[in-house]
Amino acid sequence: MALAKRIIPCLDVDNGRVVKGVQFVDIRDAGDPVEVAKRYDQQGADEITFLDITASSDNRATTIHMVEAIADQVFIPLTVGGGIRCIEDIRNMLNAGADKTAINSAAISNPEFVKQAAEKFGSQCIVIAIDAKKVSKEGEPGKWEIFTHGGRKPTGIDVVEWAIKMTDFGAGEVLLTSMDQDGVKSGFDIELTRAVSEAVNVPVIASGGVGNLQHLADGVTNGKADAVLAASIFHFGEYTVQQAKEHMRSEGIEVRL
Amino acid sequence: MSSKICAVIDYGMGNLHSASKALEFVSDNTQVLVTSDPETILKADHVVLPGVGAMRDCMGEIKRLGVDQVVAEVAKSKPLLGICVGMQAMMNHSQENNGVDCLKHFEGEVEFFGNPLIGTQGSEDGVKLKVPHMGWNQVKQVAHPLWNGIEDEARFYFVHSYFVNAKNPSQVKGHGHYGKDFAAAVGQDNVFAVQFHPEKSHKAGLQLLQNFLNWDGQP
Repeated sequence: MALAKRIIPCLDVDNGRVVKGVQFVDIRDAGDPVEVAKRYDQQGADEITFLDITASSDNRATTIHMVEAIADQVFIPLTVGGGIRCIEDIRNMLNAGADKTAINSAAISNPEFVKQAAEKFGSQCIVIAIDAKKVSKEGEPGKWEIFTHGGRKPTGIDVVEWAIKMTDFGAGEVLLTSMDQDGVKSGFDIELTRAVSEAVNVPVIASGGVGNLQHLADGVTNGKADAVLAASIFHFGEYTVQQAKEHMRSEGIEVRL
Repeated sequence: MSSKICAVIDYGMGNLHSASKALEFVSDNTQVLVTSDPETILKADHVVLPGVGAMRDCMGEIKRLGVDQVVAEVAKSKPLLGICVGMQAMMNHSQENNGVDCLKHFEGEVEFFGNPLIGTQGSEDGVKLKVPHMGWNQVKQVAHPLWNGIEDEARFYFVHSYFVNAKNPSQVKGHGHYGKDFAAAVGQDNVFAVQFHPEKSHKAGLQLLQNFLNWDGQP
């Protein structure tokens, strides 16, 4: 008996539709979030992550309704991220049926927010989302920095140090996205994933770059990720979650089938 | 049609949406009420004690609202299901928050998984395990009506850093393992409690909740 590695389909939602961009631009429509979530639930997804990437905050009510509709019909854990800026945002999402909330830029402007959130709601529902870009040169030891604003704005914050600090502050899980790899479909940044996973004592979700099923297995086996997240390989019907799990099992990885 | 009532005890500790929605999803003729009102709870046919968050806050609210007495009364006769921290709260005592006395319905201590926690068997042997224990793990069942229709060693969704070390082996109704053996389910007479989240455990979890709503409290 052992804990299974998780496969998490991710829904990037813009104005009420699932979309998927390549390196945060070039958006393609991939359907209605509730229908997409139900499909992944039926395929055996271990969790679902819902990232609201709508630029304006006008559509928060829409997002809350969608989270409610998903939570009414999908009985696996649901993480909601995007625009989580205050305690009230977290409460709204949890009340709508989310199990965890992912905090990203609000933690950068106010790290104490993560501490307050974990104290208030418990570490189990606070995920720190990190958008990482490699800043070391070829041949140098790996170094990654956090970027905001869709990858345009450097913050000067070292990713590994940040992951340690945020988990010390009470974040119960790390959602780690490589912005270099995101949408490129050439696999996770394995070195980054491994560096963060070995540095923290909470589960790490690898994200960004999955183009085939072997990439998912590599994230676990070589990247030491506890969970792997992917979007487009599932959205456009290339693979089902079930196929992904069968492949991971054939690679000797413990999965829930 | 006379409908039955299932009360989900609300003692202010966060998200009860999931538990009540999942119960509603599986029930044909049961009305699910999220409530802290003792009278409503004592009138219900089935009672669920959920829980998230830290033990000191949970027990603080349980005592402040008189939920401890209500649970003790319910436990005398009605089918009662504890979930996650709700299960832990039914034990004697928890090590969390420098030690908290609990409801003492089941014999046993709630202990920390440890840091570091090192795996001891199979693919986890010698591996440093992350805490919290988060994700889908298997439960080795001990015969009980609440497992009806669920395959032995089926996986359920867990999120916890503390685990139940049950003192009375005959009360353990499900065995879990993560670095060490722990009680994934305990039960005695009309009371059953699980460490995992059935409301988040897909088909196996929904089946367990349906079994609970159909349960007459006989072990």
